[in-house]
Amino acid sequence: MDLHVVGPLASPVERAAVDAILGAPESGWVGGARDSGTDGHASSGGHALRARRSQLLPALHAVQSRIGWISTPALNYICKRLAVAPAEAYGVATFYALYATTPRPPVVAHVCDDIACRLAGAEALCGDLTRSLGPAGEPIGDGRATWLRSPCLGLCDLAPAALFTTAGERPVMVSAAPVDSAGIAARLESGEGSARPAPVGRQAERGDLRLLRRVGIVDPGSLDDYRASGGYRALARAIEIGPDRVLEEVTASKLMGRGGAAFPTGRKWAAVAAQSAQPHYVVCNADESEPGTFKDRVLLEGDPFATVEAMTIAAFATRASLGYLYIRGEYPEAEWRVTNAIDRARAAGLLGGDILGSGFAFDIELRRGAGAYICGEETALFESIEGKRGEPRNKPPFPVEIGLFGKPTVVNNVETLANVLSIVTDGGESFAQIGTEGSTGPKLFCLSGHVAQPGVYEVEFGATLGDLITLAGGVPGGRAIRTILLGGAAGVFVGQDALDMPLTFEATRAAGATLGSGVIMVFDETADLVDTLRRIAQFFRDESCGQCVPCRVGSVRQEELLARLAAGSRVRSREEELILLREIGQAMRDASICGLGQTASSAIESAFRQPGMVNL
Amino acid sequence: MTDQVTPNATSDPDVLAAILRSPPARASRPPGPPPVEAPASVELTIDGVAVSVPDGTTILGACGEQGIDTPTLCYVENLTPVNVCRVCVVEVAGSRVLVPACSRKVEAGMDVQTDSERVRLSRKVVLEFLGSSVDLSLTGPITPDRSIAAYAQRYGADATRFGPPGQPSAAGERDRLESGHHHGPTGDATAATVAQPTKIDNELYVRDYSKCILCYKCVDACGEEAQNTFAIAVAGRGFDARISTESAVPLPESACVYCGNCIGVCPTGALMFKSEYDMRESGTWDESAQTVTDTICPYCGVGCAVSLHAQDDRIVKVTSPTDSSVTDGHLCIKGRFGFEFVNNRPKV
Repeated sequence: MDLHVVGPLASPVERAAVDAILGAPESGWVGGARDSGTDGHASSGGHALRARRSQLLPALHAVQSRIGWISTPALNYICKRLAVAPAEAYGVATFYALYATTPRPPVVAHVCDDIACRLAGAEALCGDLTRSLGPAGEPIGDGRATWLRSPCLGLCDLAPAALFTTAGERPVMVSAAPVDSAGIAARLESGEGSARPAPVGRQAERGDLRLLRRVGIVDPGSLDDYRASGGYRALARAIEIGPDRVLEEVTASKLMGRGGAAFPTGRKWAAVAAQSAQPHYVVCNADESEPGTFKDRVLLEGDPFATVEAMTIAAFATRASLGYLYIRGEYPEAEWRVTNAIDRARAAGLLGGDILGSGFAFDIELRRGAGAYICGEETALFESIEGKRGEPRNKPPFPVEIGLFGKPTVVNNVETLANVLSIVTDGGESFAQIGTEGSTGPKLFCLSGHVAQPGVYEVEFGATLGDLITLAGGVPGGRAIRTILLGGAAGVFVGQDALDMPLTFEATRAAGATLGSGVIMVFDETADLVDTLRRIAQFFRDESCGQCVPCRVGSVRQEELLARLAAGSRVRSREEELILLREIGQAMRDASICGLGQTASSAIESAFRQPGMVNL
Repeated sequence: MTDQVTPNATSDPDVLAAILRSPPARASRPPGPPPVEAPASVELTIDGVAVSVPDGTTILGACGEQGIDTPTLCYVENLTPVNVCRVCVVEVAGSRVLVPACSRKVEAGMDVQTDSERVRLSRKVVLEFLGSSVDLSLTGPITPDRSIAAYAQRYGADATRFGPPGQPSAAGERDRLESGHHHGPTGDATAATVAQPTKIDNELYVRDYSKCILCYKCVDACGEEAQNTFAIAVAGRGFDARISTESAVPLPESACVYCGNCIGVCPTGALMFKSEYDMRESGTWDESAQTVTDTICPYCGVGCAVSLHAQDDRIVKVTSPTDSSVTDGHLCIKGRFGFEFVNNRPKV
């Protein structure tokens, strides 16, 4: 490739930000000062340079968090450093919502206006902000700050929520919840912020918790405390019994993936372990972005070493030597916790060249997303790690054969990995005894909306929807439940009649519902469901990657149709409009490339199936 | 290849000396490629008919052999399929969702339905999605039986179901759209489109992204599938995704080398020779009055096959056959655009 960079390269400040990530440029060929003595007669580049493409997102993050936006000269400098064509880098930078390619003030409040926060008054909050600070996206006062609307920030239990970013020499990124307009204005004024308190253990008094037992109890920053509470016993056990036995135990546990697709984890691991192509990769999918989901955030903030240990076990079993933990860009506290955990584990010899003296080598690289729900789709996540637009790949081939960097890859959700620890220490058979025949083990549910005590709750599979709502204190004020959203924006609405339904993979499937990522969002009789549906439609329109026609255009047509039904300006009769809504949904479900488009109509269609739920 | 011995094949001085004394006879022609075993055949069922095709065939290819006409938009034979338009989807027994015929390879025992209710509905709605958001007036093969209009009729597609088209964007407006939150529809019963003014910023070709279905063909041809220039990429996200140069600069400020290979693979007329565009604007473009002459590019020694499209004794467009073993349908700036000297020859 003939790299053609037109125009000036970055300012000294922008260069310093990029160099802090990539190191100083080695020659004039990659953006350094030209030295005719050493650079004059030899080019550099080739595969070694182009292999650094996967540093594109970290480099873009560096400029974004230093300056507050990514100028064309800064983009050009990154392109020189990584041998990426400027048009491609521009395509990547404009794909992710946390990057700005036009000037943006350094201090930004990202205010969540998604479904759970709307139930807690987010729209009124945005209205207040518009009146007091000006419209979203417009510079405030001296131009140093602005506010933007944001999709779900994973703080639904504390709604309404906001994320504050301050670009500068010492960039600040903190989330806050609950927030009000005066609090947001004050933070925008100061540009400072203190981190939200650590997550609370809602069921801390229960002694039999497996996944949440350390959350809110054990210091998440201390490796010693983690080990003192049983941490790293699973890895020691895994090394003692060997990789094949670990695979057997995980298979015997009948553990199913907790990210939404419910694929048997043992089968996935065994398939990767059996691949002859090398190297193998382990990827932890911590790009939790499904509206209403915050369980992975709680695990990462409250028990980060568990994820690190479980990834190490996954790598040991599948013969991988490098892992990537891809965390969503809007989780600053979780990112900080995980970074600390990886560093401490490495310092203690629990990551690195010779883990626990066994000769097994494994390390973890943390990658931060940049505001794209689609990157939770596993192949889009690979593309993002590789430094590309998060566009899902066509399947087959599946990641177990051709995954990250084209190599066999095991990719697991944070909660899935958390289950691995007790499977290895207590055995797969004993894990399989927990729960039901088709759904084994403990499960986390994210309770939000109109419940007295929103939060993450752990139960054994088999608990009913009603049990979970009771655990969360029921509906406040004695009001009646109007509907419940199961599984998030990509899930389905169910009615009161579903309260007795056990929340297992098999029972929800039989009922035409889904567990998805474990979202239980309760709407009481006061909720404006038309507003909720329109926000869900908007979410998919905003988050579609745009690659395939059914999702790119279908998500727009679905949103328009709901808008005109709400405005009473139908194109045809109501019946014809509802047939059209179903046909849009079916084409998206049948013909889209990935799960985003395939489920973009799920919740909306389910709402119309429930008698009397929406009056449109 | 066995009769080719290179000096460093051995370090034994005696052997080397023997080779130097009597070198092996020179092959009279370059060695051919090693023999390739014919691929095994795969048995499958298409629309209830048992079919046998070579391993590695796509479902689209297998359907073609059966005489089944499958609509395609983002598929061209000289580029790797990207399966993004989804108009070629078929139903495969056991698959939860429909699969793209253009890229999916046949497998033994596959049971393919090309005209089931699900297939017909998806194809209809996809054609409606495109018809309601993009100007398809020049899209696709325009032979009467395979035009977009004929497919729309076959599947009963009616793009007006979503309401009249919304306001077109101003020049450059779509180029500035940021990912993430957008201003939702107002409920005015119109359908959003990608309509925008044509980009005319150079003398060789124009870009009318009102006609762009985002099939990625131009990006792939500009990038690693042909030209390796990477002057354009997809920018933005979702419905706001668009083909863009770096920072959306005009072409003359971009990395573009004007090979025109993007025009060669564009299936919708969004990318067009300036000569063709000007003639269409003035109403003089008339394909029925054009001749196409296959010849060899007169410039360098590569010998690229070119097809000269001429109207009124003037060359109006240059293409290259996609089945040419020399070009694969791709040319450089000289072959593609360097024909003005012919048009400017003095009249005798």
